[in-house]
Amino acid sequence: MNTPPILEARNVSRFFGKFKALNNVSVSFRAGELTAIIGPNGAGKSTFFNVISGGVPPSEGQVLFQGRDITGIAPHDFARIGIAKSFQITNVFKQLSALENVRVALQMRVSRFQLLRPRQAYEELLHQAGALLSRVGLTASRDKLAGDLAHGQQRSLEVAMALACDPKLLLMDEPTAGMSPEETTVMMDLIRQLAAERTVILVEHKMKMVMGLCKRLIVLHHGELLVDGNPDEIRANAEVKRVYLGQG
Amino acid sequence: MKNFIISFFVLARAHRVATALLFLLVFPFLMPYDALSVNILIFGLYAVGFNLLFGYTGMLSFGHAAFLGVGSYLAGISVVHAGWPWWAAILVGVAASCVAGAVIGFMAIRTRGIYFSMVTLALAQIVYYVFYKAEGWTGGENGLRGVRVESINLPGIQIDFINPLNKYYVILAFVALALWFVSRVLNSPFGAVIESIRENEKRAAACGYDVARSKLLVFVLSAGICGLAGALRALHLSIVPIDSLHYLQSGQAVMMCLLGGMGTFFGPFVGAAVFLYLEDVVTNLTRYWMGAVGVVFMVFVLFFPKGIWGTLMHQIERWQRRTGGPA
Repeated sequence: MNTPPILEARNVSRFFGKFKALNNVSVSFRAGELTAIIGPNGAGKSTFFNVISGGVPPSEGQVLFQGRDITGIAPHDFARIGIAKSFQITNVFKQLSALENVRVALQMRVSRFQLLRPRQAYEELLHQAGALLSRVGLTASRDKLAGDLAHGQQRSLEVAMALACDPKLLLMDEPTAGMSPEETTVMMDLIRQLAAERTVILVEHKMKMVMGLCKRLIVLHHGELLVDGNPDEIRANAEVKRVYLGQG
Repeated sequence: MKNFIISFFVLARAHRVATALLFLLVFPFLMPYDALSVNILIFGLYAVGFNLLFGYTGMLSFGHAAFLGVGSYLAGISVVHAGWPWWAAILVGVAASCVAGAVIGFMAIRTRGIYFSMVTLALAQIVYYVFYKAEGWTGGENGLRGVRVESINLPGIQIDFINPLNKYYVILAFVALALWFVSRVLNSPFGAVIESIRENEKRAAACGYDVARSKLLVFVLSAGICGLAGALRALHLSIVPIDSLHYLQSGQAVMMCLLGGMGTFFGPFVGAAVFLYLEDVVTNLTRYWMGAVGVVFMVFVLFFPKGIWGTLMHQIERWQRRTGGPA
């Protein structure tokens, strides 16, 4: 095992005033794995997600990507080094068409501060955007405004936008939040396909959903790492039952 | 008939700079007097510059008078105190407002929403007082007088700049150039970046765009366009009134944009034209022009939030969808 883990959190903590949302969490993720971070409400899942995805810097500790320290780098640098994310609350460009949403996301690879060339000069981006939309099943809605799409479609669109930077690591914060059962099935299939070709880390509240999806689960509780193991180990763990399953 | 209107607007949108230019070429003949046309031209450009920031990037500045004023004063000072030719005055005015835009923008983009508006307002007020107090350079309360440019000398031709219609066409040349530039920027990849920032800053950053730098750049561009409007105004009026820097002037940019339709290419120009034309008509009838502005403003905010041009475009698009007309 000479290759460094794709992502590593070393003794990461995050405080909000006196409140410790994350307390000394150390986890590493191997390339190619599909991992879920789970835990009851207030476990620190979203804070952990934000720390590893550039939403907030950790108060203490380090985050390493492929062995390189990325603690505190700017949010826009994440996409450039190959970490993409989809948010818990959908963030798309509502007044732009679905196709334009993905095109803008793709454009980052070729041009950020080009002022005088027309957009049409980058024609290949439109083809790539079309391909990404078909990947997430939105071909029929490509010309609709993103804001007019159904909730599940907006989430799929966000995934297409995240894929636009061809990330090595895809981070997803509750990808099925607010989705209907049908939409959830579609999204889970999509996640399975994506995990076959790149590293995916999910943050999820619904434990049942990730049990059948991921080989590795990490349980957070009160901002601390509780258990790290495969679904069977998690299911058998008494601590997990107490803090998580026991609730519902 | 409907199809004809649709085709017309589709064509106008596809060739927006040419359309604007054609219209502006005949515009003085539609207006009661030439000075009003020149005014509309200058404030149209001012509103276009403001719209780049407000309409396209979603940042509501309440301090854009600073850039109009700095452009005006520095162009004026170049002529009055330095004795420089008209073209140098314009260059200095634009450069100075770009610098002012970089400084004010650098501080203001750290904030969002109402705080951004307040910071721009406060910084613009500082600019106002600096120019107000620097009487030796700016003439203080009386404004800077004697920005005399009587003729425009170009290799081969000499244009009499006193004649108002000539003045209009000389200024139009600069306005056309600026409109072409703005249109290019909006149609560029960077134009897509600023729109995406307006739509969702978080997502724009997650896509890999440096939001702060993009905002600063568009702020400077916007300031430069407004500065050009200011410099042209100094040459047009041959004085620079201190009102150029007043916050009412900043408010006017907001008003013109909302009236015409923010985030559209032609909207700010339409807004400026309607605003100044109404001002001209109403002030002849009553002293209470500001009251009329208030009423018009409220009607638009309540019933036509897309503004005149925006509402028109919306209607045309609906027709287009219904008739399946030319896309």
